[in-house]
Amino acid sequence: MDKTQALLVLALALFSLGLAGVVVRRNLLVMLMSMELMLNGVNLSLVTFANQMGAAEGAVLVFLIFVVAAAEIAIAIPIVLLLARRRHTLDADAYADLKG
Amino acid sequence: MTWLLANLETILLAVFGVSALAGGVLVVVLRQPMRAAMALISTMIFLGGIYGLLGVHFIAAFQVLIYVGAVMVFMVYVIMLLDPRDPAFRRRFSPLLFPGAAVALGLAATLIRGVAPGTAPAAAPAPARGFSLAEFATAFLNQYWLHFELTSVLLLAAVIAAIAVIRVARGDHG
Repeated sequence: MDKTQALLVLALALFSLGLAGVVVRRNLLVMLMSMELMLNGVNLSLVTFANQMGAAEGAVLVFLIFVVAAAEIAIAIPIVLLLARRRHTLDADAYADLKG
Repeated sequence: MTWLLANLETILLAVFGVSALAGGVLVVVLRQPMRAAMALISTMIFLGGIYGLLGVHFIAAFQVLIYVGAVMVFMVYVIMLLDPRDPAFRRRFSPLLFPGAAVALGLAATLIRGVAPGTAPAAAPAPARGFSLAEFATAFLNQYWLHFELTSVLLLAAVIAAIAVIRVARGDHG
């Protein structure tokens, strides 16, 4: 297994771990952290491909993902705080009545 | 010793990769959100090390500055604001533990089989070419300047939305 393949396997493993965290965990904040883990896996795969192909476009995309991640967290954290203030818990099951 | 020095980059890459993976596992497994946050920070720093070893130093720097310096500091502040007696802090896993883990394992197995050495075409992989900071800057500011400017619109929308959320929290709907 060469370097590119090993890095891709790492990126895929991080993405799958993040998905497992989003589904399996109960705490809203840890679910958000798992989403960050998924984004990091995608970033690693983009950097690996860009490095392999010698294409700078992949790195541009990684930069844009940085910005989107910052914006996402700037929205998600106030919403989580608001939910915690309303129901006094971060348990995702406590918000089961949100489903349509 | 000479062998160690000759293979230093590969060894460091393996160490950083295994450490990043271990941090990722700890994020999913650890009970306390603060410990999960610390594990995630370590994963991000190790990924930054991997980017540095790949030669994209500017992305390594921004990984540490933006993810660790901004996103995770924000996350840690919020964890400290919240009540540690919250039952969500004591019970780790939702009822979907086994289906969720099975789906993630299946996804990982399927994706990794796609890049595994056995299924790769027989042709030897081309050596990594890499790119310079000058190439990146040229592509970034010549070709993708519009996308870059559009992200500023996204950030503005995020700021406005955050202010709107705070107004809802105050019960001030006007």
